[in-house]
Amino acid sequence: MNGIKQKQDPLIAVRDLKVHFQTGSVGILDKLLSQKQAKVVRAVDGVSLDIAKGETLGLVGESGCGKSTLGRALLQLVKTTSGSVKFKGTDLCKLSTEQLQQTRRYLQMVFQDPYASLNPRMSVGSIIAEPITIFESLPKEQLERRVQDLMRTVGLNPRYVKRYPHEFSGGQRQRIGIARALAVNPEFIVADEPIAALDVSIQAQILNLMSSLRKEFGLTTLFISHDLRAVRHISDRVAVMYLGKIVEIADSLEIYRRPLHPYTQALISAVPVPDPEVEKTRQRIVLVGDVPSPINPPSGCRFHTRCAYAVERCRQEEPQLLDTGGNHMAACFQVETAEKVA
Amino acid sequence: MQTPVEPAIDVKVDSFELVEGTSLWKDAWRRLLKNKLAVASAIVLSIVLVAVIIGPLISPYTYDQTNPDAVYMPPSAAHWFGTDQLGRDILVRTLVGGRISLLVGAVASIVSLVIGVSYGAISGYIGGKTDEVMMRIVDILYSLPDIFLIIVLLAFFSKDLIILFAMLGAISWLTMARIVRGQVLSLKNREFVEAARSIGVSTPQIIFRHLVPNALGPVIVYTTLTIPSVMLTEAFLSFLGLGVQPPLSSWGTLVQEGVGAISVYPWHLIFPGTMMAGTLFCLNFLGDGLRDALDPQSRAD
Amino acid sequence: MTNPLLSVRNLQTSFYTRDGEVKAVDNISFDLEPGETLGIVGESGSGKSVTSLSIMGLIPTPPGKIKGGQVLFGGQDLLQITDEQMRKIRGKRVAMIFQDPMTSLNPFLRISRQITEISELHLNLTSKQSRTRAIEMLELVGIPDAPNRIDSYPHQFSGGMRQRVMIAMALSCDPQLLIADEPTTALDVTIQAQILELIKDLKARLGTSVILITHDLGVVAGMTDRLGVMYAGRMIEYGPTDTVFAHPAHPYTQGLLRSVPDPYEEVEELYQIPGLPPDLSALPPGCPFGPRCPEVVAKCQTQPEFVSVGTDHKSACWLNAVSTVQERKEIERD
Repeated sequence: MNGIKQKQDPLIAVRDLKVHFQTGSVGILDKLLSQKQAKVVRAVDGVSLDIAKGETLGLVGESGCGKSTLGRALLQLVKTTSGSVKFKGTDLCKLSTEQLQQTRRYLQMVFQDPYASLNPRMSVGSIIAEPITIFESLPKEQLERRVQDLMRTVGLNPRYVKRYPHEFSGGQRQRIGIARALAVNPEFIVADEPIAALDVSIQAQILNLMSSLRKEFGLTTLFISHDLRAVRHISDRVAVMYLGKIVEIADSLEIYRRPLHPYTQALISAVPVPDPEVEKTRQRIVLVGDVPSPINPPSGCRFHTRCAYAVERCRQEEPQLLDTGGNHMAACFQVETAEKVA
Repeated sequence: MQTPVEPAIDVKVDSFELVEGTSLWKDAWRRLLKNKLAVASAIVLSIVLVAVIIGPLISPYTYDQTNPDAVYMPPSAAHWFGTDQLGRDILVRTLVGGRISLLVGAVASIVSLVIGVSYGAISGYIGGKTDEVMMRIVDILYSLPDIFLIIVLLAFFSKDLIILFAMLGAISWLTMARIVRGQVLSLKNREFVEAARSIGVSTPQIIFRHLVPNALGPVIVYTTLTIPSVMLTEAFLSFLGLGVQPPLSSWGTLVQEGVGAISVYPWHLIFPGTMMAGTLFCLNFLGDGLRDALDPQSRAD
Repeated sequence: MTNPLLSVRNLQTSFYTRDGEVKAVDNISFDLEPGETLGIVGESGSGKSVTSLSIMGLIPTPPGKIKGGQVLFGGQDLLQITDEQMRKIRGKRVAMIFQDPMTSLNPFLRISRQITEISELHLNLTSKQSRTRAIEMLELVGIPDAPNRIDSYPHQFSGGMRQRVMIAMALSCDPQLLIADEPTTALDVTIQAQILELIKDLKARLGTSVILITHDLGVVAGMTDRLGVMYAGRMIEYGPTDTVFAHPAHPYTQGLLRSVPDPYEEVEELYQIPGLPPDLSALPPGCPFGPRCPEVVAKCQTQPEFVSVGTDHKSACWLNAVSTVQERKEIERD
């Protein structure tokens, strides 16, 4: 099933990962008084993927598809239900709290909302220094120098080390968040919609910063976004997620030029292009309906309720993620048959 | 609109002069200083505080020093507030009473700060079954008729000040625990808490470094409102004769004594009464001012 | 250019905050022909939403205040009429849809109640008539099973469906002008595509004029006839959409267009506009884009005029005011 061929051992290897949540808190009293059953949200429902060292994997999907949950599950910030997340061969899901705490220095996260992800009561200096103080005991002077270096690295003036988050603009705050993530020289970074909350003219700045840092530090990144253009630009490979499953993975140029899964095709087609000439002539694939609820996902292929090509088989069976050659994998019977014919 | 932000990007040269930041506390402090009523209240409160601490030390009288030749003296140069039925100086008795009343308030607020804040923060952050059990305990304590309980305990055991303090402390942290828990519940899903978890910050540090400081606004406000309510409870108990025992005085006992003589010797009630009412007013004004300063709606974060 | 449906002249709207006066909209003018779609693009704080709220007479006063200008709608200045008259226009002749359909619908009222309220108020329909009309409208915006779903509450709809309900409400009195303020920003791309197609389709069928406010250049490219680009409360470029995209005149518009990643091409580094969006309470003198502009010259210390750079195409940049290399050298020397 996992036809991923990597030359070396991947830095991150995810196998059949599931994250299910119970919705609606069912308290002790509820349990005593009625047989209320909590509903299960299948946020991530059987995901396998590898991320090679130094690679940036883009993860796209619509809200509620489970992409943020997947990112958090890789860092063990949410409880995984089953499956494994191996970081350099160690299964993170099996680590004790203590061991996990120690491993966290290699795994960091950049958050979506730069307004909410920085503690408003802490100065920028102490925000960036916090991870360092957890893992290393540096003398005060060295710590200060390190914080200043980090600020410079992400393009902030170290003079502002004593300022507080509310004294910075959104883009600058995102830089602070990035500096914090870089502070302990991590090997793997999950960036969860890092540019979604920023102004258009600032998005390009942060994208450029992230790709230059990635080169400079040899970072491995999972870049989560709903913005296909940004993901395509920054990633080596792109994975498309729909209702808790990965439906297609391919090299980033390839996925744009030759999308195989009908959902990927619709997603790419839905992105408006800033060019009136293109917009006037192109035929947009408009999907009908909304994303179904992950509480009761459709049977068979989860996309069949909105898919223009759905046949009976799609309602019954679940297509597997298959390699169509050239590292391009898709989970769709159409693609499968097409391959066989070819 | 926020404080103007100078472009802090793309800096080649380090002109190394640190720019001072304005923390949210500093901001709140500045807003509080603009509130005239709150500042005036704070000044009055500090004068009262200094007076009750130093006053009895420099006064020529002591609170239990009787003088049969000078009973029910009206205010005069010798006795600014007059004297009572035993010829004791009402000024010094009011100041000593203030010590007791303020001490009761302080003890109650310290207990509610230490126990209430930790209890609420832990309960809210850990959540789940722990939270449920911890909060049900609070509910049970809440449902006990506290005043009644204090009266029974004081009547049965001794009319000891320690018991009074302990009981007032024991009831004062319950509401605080609920307030802090509510704050923490809304804060703990904020991204900065998740960020702290993701960089490996331990649970106690998350609670006391990231959650509690962000919940302190309502805590401070509630504390300034706890003090007067506990002082009133003490006054009420003393008024019933269950609190502070003579010859020691508190504002409650003084008022109680004064009420008996109100038609003939009004100063006996007016001075301690005004002192107590003034202090309570000031605490409430200060509490209001703090609330406005710490929770400005205009904050454009 | 006969009689524009809406003609905004020198509109100025300010907010008074503790940091002083903030000129959220500073002297902007534009026209909207009947049946036309105008796009207004800009970043947060550029004044695009304040412009639409000023047209609707919905600026919260205080702290806001419309300081000057005219908003001529069908020849009538909306800034001069009474609140009573404005209420009759708002919702009936000019309707608005907002970014977040969840917060603009009342969660405690059924959808039916919220839609019929408008048509009962403005069209004097009986409750039965207005209910029939509401069902028609919901069907028009593509809500399946409208006769049954009309009695649902807002939370029973998905985000995309709620936005459809908002559009149905906005169009229920057959307005001449629809102002859509970031109508798809809170929605997913596939749902955004649905809503944009819907607006386009309804516009063609009903002949409504539309002002589409967004930060997404892609959205305006496919939807609008004319385009205004706003920066720091000013309109810095205005013209036919095709022209603005093909020949952007202002350096800011040029920068914005260049900083969008092209999905079909591999580039090492994206073009980025340097610096930060301006703080409206402390604007630099002259051109507000000056501190971030790659082509800034000494003359930018004074405010450039909004000059014509082509047919129907205007831009506020000193570089647009010169035509020859010689002249350009001159202003650079200044």
